[in-house]
Amino acid sequence: MSEYSGVMIFGEAKEGKLAAVTTELLGCGRRLAGDLGQELHCLLVGGDVGSLAQEAIAFGADKVYVVSDPLLEAYQADAYVLAAEKVARQVMPQILLVGQTSIGRDLAPRLAFRLGTALTTDCVELALDPTSKLLLKTKPVYGGNAQAVFTSEACPQMATVRAKAMSPLERDDSRQGEVITVEAGLEPSSIRAELVERVAEEVEGVRLEDAEVVICGGRGIGGAEGFRQLEELAGILKGAVGASRPPCDNGWVPSGYQVGLTGKIIAPDFYLAIGISGASQHMTGCSGAKTVVAINKDPEANIFREASYGVVGDWKKILPALTAKIKELMAD
Amino acid sequence: MNMVVCCKQVIDPEAPPASFRVDAAKKTVTLPPSISPVIDPYAEYAVEAALRIKDAQGGKITAISLGTGLLPDVVKKPLSMGADELILLEDEAFGTGDSWTTAYALAMAIKRLGDCDLIFCGRQASDWDAGQVGLGIAEILGLPSVTLARKVEVADGKARVERVTDDGYEVISLSLPAVITVSNELGEPRYPTIKGIMAAKKKEPTVWKPADIRVEPAQLGEAGRRAELVKLFQPVREGSCEIVDGETPEEAAASLALKLREAKIL
Ligand SMILES: Cc1cc2nc3c(=O)[nH]c(=O)nc-3n(C[C@H](O)[C@H](O)[C@H](O)COP(=O)(O)OP(=O)(O)OC[C@H]3O[C@@H](n4cnc5c(N)ncnc54)[C@H](O)[C@@H]3O)c2cc1C
Ligand SMILES: Nc1ncnc2c1ncn2[C@@H]1O[C@H](COP(=O)(O)O)[C@@H](O)[C@H]1O
Repeated sequence: MSEYSGVMIFGEAKEGKLAAVTTELLGCGRRLAGDLGQELHCLLVGGDVGSLAQEAIAFGADKVYVVSDPLLEAYQADAYVLAAEKVARQVMPQILLVGQTSIGRDLAPRLAFRLGTALTTDCVELALDPTSKLLLKTKPVYGGNAQAVFTSEACPQMATVRAKAMSPLERDDSRQGEVITVEAGLEPSSIRAELVERVAEEVEGVRLEDAEVVICGGRGIGGAEGFRQLEELAGILKGAVGASRPPCDNGWVPSGYQVGLTGKIIAPDFYLAIGISGASQHMTGCSGAKTVVAINKDPEANIFREASYGVVGDWKKILPALTAKIKELMAD
Repeated sequence: MNMVVCCKQVIDPEAPPASFRVDAAKKTVTLPPSISPVIDPYAEYAVEAALRIKDAQGGKITAISLGTGLLPDVVKKPLSMGADELILLEDEAFGTGDSWTTAYALAMAIKRLGDCDLIFCGRQASDWDAGQVGLGIAEILGLPSVTLARKVEVADGKARVERVTDDGYEVISLSLPAVITVSNELGEPRYPTIKGIMAAKKKEPTVWKPADIRVEPAQLGEAGRRAELVKLFQPVREGSCEIVDGETPEEAAASLALKLREAKIL
């Protein structure tokens, strides 16, 4: 372990800026690096990501490794893993953190197997063991019904970290750091799984992950039409509509609406769950919500164990009256 | 087309949350004995993905389950759905591993099978929610791979896969053999037919021990694993829910709105 030093964050870009999860990881990495008395590195891989290096420094990185190459323009696993592996072998960080995003889920396990190390995915808490200084990696398991803490003596100690689980530092543009360019050295032939097309589904209004108010419907809504009523309330409260898995699986709403373990992780101020039973796999995706309110016809539903306020009854009767009253209150 | 589907036996993830218990000393999660284990739900989607290819162009599907205490009624589900063969890697030595030891043993079993075009796994097993074994198999066997598939088609020696992303999907083309991990966006796995269940009852699984797949003891269990589980616990829920009542549902709704206003949530 002694040859390994430093904490490295695998950075991601979103809309020309560092992704929120990357700034969160830098915040967490800064704390861990401080405790270890080591440096914080940020790795940026992409088509032309050099412009993000200063931002990474402003959010806490001491050193930024930049790998830019036309073959890295869009995420492709084979090329990204090679680039990340190259830098990881060169820098030999003690800890390597990746966001639990659609890229991180795909990249981190490959990288861990290639580096011969152990990875813990979807962590919500990271700390150092006071005596061994090993990284304690806490993650929800069994769909959120329990939590497990893992360690590993293999280096780098790797984790993917859930969005919104960590806090970023305040951006400080006066912070100093070093930018190091690394040649990707990629051959087109190294790409065995080739990206043919990327299709982004447009979202209207507030993005679910960013919304302060989320109105979420479950199987109890019964069909696509019901979701119109949820949209109406979300519109009034400038929020977003989400769903548990069944409405997505049934095609009542697009799959991007799914909240939960295998969907979006959200942390709104106000979360209204309608016709949702409150399965652990769903609740783990909104455990960061400040206030959970539930409407369910079953008084025994698990959602009432998680909610602050609840109404027991048929949503078809309750929601229109709730929307009307909220409209009235908002008009005052 | 020879296909392998890796299917793990897990405790039922959809059992009521209140029925999950943690044995902190043994670091295991248990359910009441009345709730039977199941095949990991995402592995069922993986079986479905393989079956759709078999429906379209024929082929053979081999299911592999690794573990201890495997129940015939559970691990035979892929057979009853339409898979052709079942291999069980069942041995105490497979019991205390991690993603590494599991991926390694499965990879070695696939190697022993030989001549395999497509390997399907679930996106993540519903016990540890790791999402690593499929990619581990690919890395160990040196194969290309795609995660989070919602659609898989095969033509001209290549697979065309639609992969779910945070805001949509991407289309990926890869050469075979390859590993593909499957997500629920694929669409509901089929129910076993009566005929399928009867056929599965009659079929004897092949059981392989570590020596059968040339896996050394050093690559198994405690000796082989690289991750250490140091603690397992259930987070405490504060949970006190105020149930808002009313003479009619409409009244209850109105008083909920007022309460939320008072509490400055609205
Ligand atoms: C590995 C794994 C991962 C998963 N990932 C996710 C995930 O990311 N997100 C997710 O949501 N799920 C996920 N699931 C599924 C999860 O376990 C549950 O099955 C799902 O969340 C249940 O959705 P639901 O509450 O809408 O449906 P149900 O559990 O069927 O509940 C419907 C509820 O609606 C109520 N209801 C019915 N009619 C009315 C009415 N007229 N008025 C009021 N209430 C009514 C019922 O009382 C009931 O409580 C996952 C499962 C597994 C195994
Ligand atoms: N013990 C096992 N036996 C068979 N397949 C497994 C086993 N463990 C994991 N898998 C496969 O790998 C996928 C991901 O598992 P995991 O990485 O543990 O989340 C599962 O959905 C299965 O397809």
